[in-house]
Amino acid sequence: MTGELRAGLRAELTKLRTTPAPAWLLAAIVALTVGAGAAATAVGGSPGTDTPRLALTGVQLGQAAAVMFGISVISGEYATGLIRTTFTAMPRRASVLAAKAGLVAGLGLAAGALAVLGSLLAATLAPPGGGAPALSLADGATLRAAIGSALYLTLMAVFGLGVGAAVQDAATAAGVALGVPYLLTIVMTVVNDQDLGRLLYRISPMSAGLTVQMTTDLSASPIGPWAGLGVLAAWAAAALAGGGLLVLVRDA
Amino acid sequence: MSRPAAHPDAMNRGSMNQGAMNRDALRRGLIDRAVLRAEWTKFRTVRGWVAGTVAAVLLIVALAMLLAGGSHTSCSNGPVEVACPALPIGPGGQAVTDRFYFAHRELTGDGTLTVRVASMSGIITYPPPDHDEIVPGLVPWAKAGIIVKQSLRVGAPYAAVMLTGKQGVHMQDDFVHDTPGPAGARWLRLARSGDAITGYASADGIRWTAIDTVRLQGLPRTVRIGMFVTSPSDLSVSRNSLGGSITQARFTQASATFDHVTPGGPWSRDEVGGHEGMTDWERYHRANGVSESGGTVTVTGTGDIAPRMDAVKPEVSLTGVAPGLIVLVVVAVTFVTAEYRRGLIRTTLLATPGRGRVLAAKAVVAGAVAFAAGLVAAAVALALGTKMLTAGGNQVLPVSALTEVRVVVGAAALLAACAVTALALGALSRRGMVAVTAAIAVIIVPWTLATASILPDEAARWLLCLTPAAGFAALQAIPAYPQVVAHYAPADGYYPLPPWAGLAVSFGYAALALAFALVRLRRADA
Repeated sequence: MTGELRAGLRAELTKLRTTPAPAWLLAAIVALTVGAGAAATAVGGSPGTDTPRLALTGVQLGQAAAVMFGISVISGEYATGLIRTTFTAMPRRASVLAAKAGLVAGLGLAAGALAVLGSLLAATLAPPGGGAPALSLADGATLRAAIGSALYLTLMAVFGLGVGAAVQDAATAAGVALGVPYLLTIVMTVVNDQDLGRLLYRISPMSAGLTVQMTTDLSASPIGPWAGLGVLAAWAAAALAGGGLLVLVRDA
Repeated sequence: MSRPAAHPDAMNRGSMNQGAMNRDALRRGLIDRAVLRAEWTKFRTVRGWVAGTVAAVLLIVALAMLLAGGSHTSCSNGPVEVACPALPIGPGGQAVTDRFYFAHRELTGDGTLTVRVASMSGIITYPPPDHDEIVPGLVPWAKAGIIVKQSLRVGAPYAAVMLTGKQGVHMQDDFVHDTPGPAGARWLRLARSGDAITGYASADGIRWTAIDTVRLQGLPRTVRIGMFVTSPSDLSVSRNSLGGSITQARFTQASATFDHVTPGGPWSRDEVGGHEGMTDWERYHRANGVSESGGTVTVTGTGDIAPRMDAVKPEVSLTGVAPGLIVLVVVAVTFVTAEYRRGLIRTTLLATPGRGRVLAAKAVVAGAVAFAAGLVAAAVALALGTKMLTAGGNQVLPVSALTEVRVVVGAAALLAACAVTALALGALSRRGMVAVTAAIAVIIVPWTLATASILPDEAARWLLCLTPAAGFAALQAIPAYPQVVAHYAPADGYYPLPPWAGLAVSFGYAALALAFALVRLRRADA
């Protein structure tokens, strides 16, 4: 079993290494996160600004690339029919998906870490004006925001993989994987009922997950930073389980 | 994909034919009816695309019903929960605040009133930073001046010229119109001639400047004229981590002494709008009223004469437009990319001389479908949502039928522009996933960042000027009024661009993306 998993990992890595798209998408995670974060920081803040959160705003855009990366790892094979060859070579479909998930998580984490480091570096070199507090990685909350943001991008990529496995069609998968989190966030901001709004915040993968970036006003947040990231992890796990189940029972 | 090497002659012939076809295409225009019909047939016969469009409509309507149906408001009258009173409506149909202290008398036929505002002062209760004392001072839009009003009824038409707390002299009428007057003026004059009222201001009472002449439609022969003072709440806004903002309003009061009142008294006194909702302290600590001594009149008042914005905005019912847009984006993108995936695009391009026409036809079909779907969805959502909100006891800001039509058509136009942008991105990238993500990244991401209280207000305004999300401005039904202090930020539904300008930005991006897609389609192999 472990031998099979190792072989599967190597096979998947070879596929990722030898096609240009994954490398581009991983680069896009870093570039979009750093670029958008730098742009948001350049507009400036105020004395009350949550500087780490502002510096890491780019994650909002970078997550689109992360989701795309996760989807592309599986939907590309469905689009070209390669998935049938893959399943012929490795009949244990669960192992194939597990190998893919492991790779997506590993590479996503690497790209996420680079993206976060780049964003923080950019905000240190060009700090936001307007009297916003300075950034310091020695600060525990800032460190938590940084690590959490990298994990957030990783989990979003895994979520994308799960949705891609479930939906197969890449375009629809992108619509679902990005649409559902945004739908919950959008509805959350307009509901009149405070309790319902807080509930939606707690169950939305994006709002709850990004709580990990907050370093001020945490007491006002409906959910704690790590618990929020846990909500996203639950979404990713559910997507992966659901997608995996469909991969197992469906014809390739 | 490997292609057989073509014989040079064949290639030459091919490019000559291509050139001839392009010229032919130019002569016949980019829009060809047969191509259009072919693309429409493709669209309506693929189940997924039709289902996606219907799903987008249902999503928009369902979200309106969900949000409106789950929203209930009641007002407390002491310990008792009661239905909220209806919003007072001004002559223009807008919800208004109409509360001030009024020293007045009848004016029959034409006439004038001239005063000098000798002094103006006031109090602000518990302002920041410490919120611990009552300080003397005036809020920017505290108002003291003279007014011609149809009657003492709340919401009755009026025209007034006034000295403000920090904004100098202004002339205002019918709650929403505002014209600034000359700087440094303290003398005010109103002249009525028929239903035309002219406001004047002067620094010395000798040289007068006419500020504006307004017509109050259907003004009766006998109206009320006199001096008024009012002072709106002092506001401070803090951000809500869940989105939107929390506004704190603090009681303020203003007093003004008028002299050189010509023609002089006697004056009746009334608090227009009453003192409903005021605490006992606010009523009696320094009571509103009028005192006369010699030729001078001192009026003390609180409230405002202005459009009202602190109720539910009707466009809340259109929250589903953004999620619906995501669905339409997927439909529009796959309308192109599915042809590439299946290789059908080669057949399509073979059958249609002039590649631009295929893209144009697809853009027209996708845009028209999105527009029609948006029109139906937005009209139903707005009508149903407003009805359900009102039934739930919520005070919904009324807008004119024209504004409702503008918002519904604007929502449909926004969806059309975004569908065309998505389609062009699909033709550019030829990959569904990339195009869908790119479309969401340039439309939904900036809009969410700007409106969900994630970015600072200034950054949010920039995003809504520069990205394809600018078109969401079409959904704003209630305008921002410079003469009313409020938190005019995207997080509270106020867009930096007017509706038509925002839509122009979105359509500009659609045209740009389409132009790039056209170049790519003409140059690259299918």
